[in-house]
Amino acid sequence: MSVFPYVVAAWICVVGIYGIVTSTNLIHLALCLTVTQSSTYVLLLTIGYVNGGGPPIFKGVKLGTTAVDPVVQSLVLTDIVVSVTVLALILALALNVQKKVGSMDPDEIPELRG
Amino acid sequence: MSRRARILVFLPALAVFGALLVWAVVGLPDFGHYVGPYGYLLNHVALPERHMTNVVTAVVFDYRGFDTMGEEFILLGAVTGVALLLRSQERDEEVREGVGSDTVRVVGIVLAGAALLVGLWLIAFGFVTPGGGFQGGVIVAGAIFCVFLCADFSAWRGVASQTVLDPLEGLGAAGYVVIGLAALISGYPFLTNELLGPGVPGTLHSGGTGPFINWCVAFAVSAGVLILFSEFLEEYIVPIAAGGGK
Amino acid sequence: MIVATLVPLQATILALVGIGATVLILTRDPLRMTIVSGVYGWLLTLLFFVLSAPDVALSMLVVSCVGYPVILLVAVTRSRNK
Repeated sequence: MSVFPYVVAAWICVVGIYGIVTSTNLIHLALCLTVTQSSTYVLLLTIGYVNGGGPPIFKGVKLGTTAVDPVVQSLVLTDIVVSVTVLALILALALNVQKKVGSMDPDEIPELRG
Repeated sequence: MSRRARILVFLPALAVFGALLVWAVVGLPDFGHYVGPYGYLLNHVALPERHMTNVVTAVVFDYRGFDTMGEEFILLGAVTGVALLLRSQERDEEVREGVGSDTVRVVGIVLAGAALLVGLWLIAFGFVTPGGGFQGGVIVAGAIFCVFLCADFSAWRGVASQTVLDPLEGLGAAGYVVIGLAALISGYPFLTNELLGPGVPGTLHSGGTGPFINWCVAFAVSAGVLILFSEFLEEYIVPIAAGGGK
Repeated sequence: MIVATLVPLQATILALVGIGATVLILTRDPLRMTIVSGVYGWLLTLLFFVLSAPDVALSMLVVSCVGYPVILLVAVTRSRNK
């Protein structure tokens, strides 16, 4: 029971990669990429959790009460905001591809045919 | 190879990858039994040393300030990329499609004002209670976006103009580096938090040069997100509204 | 304050997040994905809140309710009108 959170994170990562490979629309592909990214957030936060721990904020709380790990939270926090801008960049590229090729299907881009 | 053949080759590989992931993850310490020493150390040391009650913001802007500078430059690069891809030359079309309903306008104005205040409060008190430059910056950008949702396009263009947002974004990124260089000039390593005193914990005056870095990041994030919104809107809504399509 | 018996709540929300991710990638229409991704972001916010991470929950809430829907809606609208 105590490895259930980590298995959920691994499941989300696998599901995201499956969505990327079997995608027929570039916007759907970009969103499956964000699903894979979110699996890393879940994994990091569940690694840093301490049993019975409160948030690592000490205003009005006595110093020394059990608190969860603040380092992994800082990593996830900045990553979430930066992922919005990266998603916007990917969508701008997808829209430019549609302007050139005429469809949003990754299988119909002639340069990618292998 | 055809799509079906590709997927048939991919599925066993995915199953092997999934099995390897689960095998790796089962070897971690049990959920709730955190064994790293760094977390415990920071929770006990951040308040007496730096007088900051929010340890997460202290880690983001003080103990790991160099990584946050890297993240901010990722943001700057992505926003520059979107502007390069989508910015076109003709911007003189006047679009006169406003929101007709008065209820939407009133609710929107109240909402925009309240959200702007909440965003500024979150940024300012980032070192005391949960908050900080990243979260507050996106809220401020969302509050200004309410202007487009509840008024017409020319009002949005007046509020989020290129001449204001572009320098603000660069100012946010450059301010971070300038504060780091100020520490370097005074004889300490880059980005050391020793120039101003630590201050009183639990108030706005705490954290040394941390709050200045906080505000620089808030400017960069809010201006960057507003540039993203306005690029997408300019490039793709203006032709639709002007052409009358649906 | 600090609640010691959070385990059933955490397990439920973790299971819901796993199901939400599966539903999100099985939705094919991009316009519907906008709504489902908003719900998925809300579930993730709940998970981060239950794991005692208020900063991260704030960040995910704001991004999934303000940032993602705007950019996705504009992209979907423009890709449909071509």
